[in-house]
Amino acid sequence: MKFSDFVATDAIRSHVDARTKEGVIREMAQSLVDAGSIAAGDLESIVKAIMKREDLGSTGIGRGVAVPHTKHPSVSRLVGTVAVSHDGVNFESLDGEPVQLFFLLVSPPDRPGDHLRALENISRQLRDETFCRHLKSAKGPVDIQHLLEEADSHGVAS
Amino acid sequence: MTDATTREGEALVADIRESMSEQLVSREVVVGMPQGLHARPADQLAREARKWQSRIELLSDSQRVDGKSILDVLTLAAEAGTRLIVEATGPDAREAIEAIGSLFERNFNDQENNESR
Repeated sequence: MKFSDFVATDAIRSHVDARTKEGVIREMAQSLVDAGSIAAGDLESIVKAIMKREDLGSTGIGRGVAVPHTKHPSVSRLVGTVAVSHDGVNFESLDGEPVQLFFLLVSPPDRPGDHLRALENISRQLRDETFCRHLKSAKGPVDIQHLLEEADSHGVAS
Repeated sequence: MTDATTREGEALVADIRESMSEQLVSREVVVGMPQGLHARPADQLAREARKWQSRIELLSDSQRVDGKSILDVLTLAAEAGTRLIVEATGPDAREAIEAIGSLFERNFNDQENNESR
């Protein structure tokens, strides 16, 4: 699965303002509402579900990256977005480091395979230090979009 | 005297060999969680693997990845029912395999339900 299969381009944010875990999640979910990927009426329920998942264990997987996610019945296909915080946010990460790079995923409850393949793609690309560094220093959403496109075209993701 | 020294020397060498022995232990595991090897179990697996001195690798049909790295484990995208080989190499390989095998047997204590993952 490629980034272009689940990342809503219009929801990409290169400078999140939020300084807290919930704040970032809310800002990203709102960007999905603004991009038309999720309904405004589902925003609260989605944020709540993502926070509930975080309570089970942080999705800050290290290297300044977090993958907050949830299943939600309101979506019929996997939707996601990418955001960067230049200051970094305390996400109670596994390695204790602040998180600068966020991939938020909302998937339909009956498609665990798609969720796994999105995680696979994200993890595979993030093993590339250069890719991470470029994403974190992106000046605007278009830079991020281009980096994701480049990863899609060079990657081996299926 | 010379014989005794030689014997001591040989015993010492044997001890060193024993302690440095790179034993390789492997076993097959099956991903039992309905949601597959998703982020949380991948984290648990990498945490457990890091407790051991041995090198821990996971093998799928097409990949060999570092079991101590959550990013590596996630690239397996192992769905429910996937068979994997866990391979440990090092002085505590046997114990490591036992601990990791047990995680799979317990389905990572996955409290997974339909609300979140």
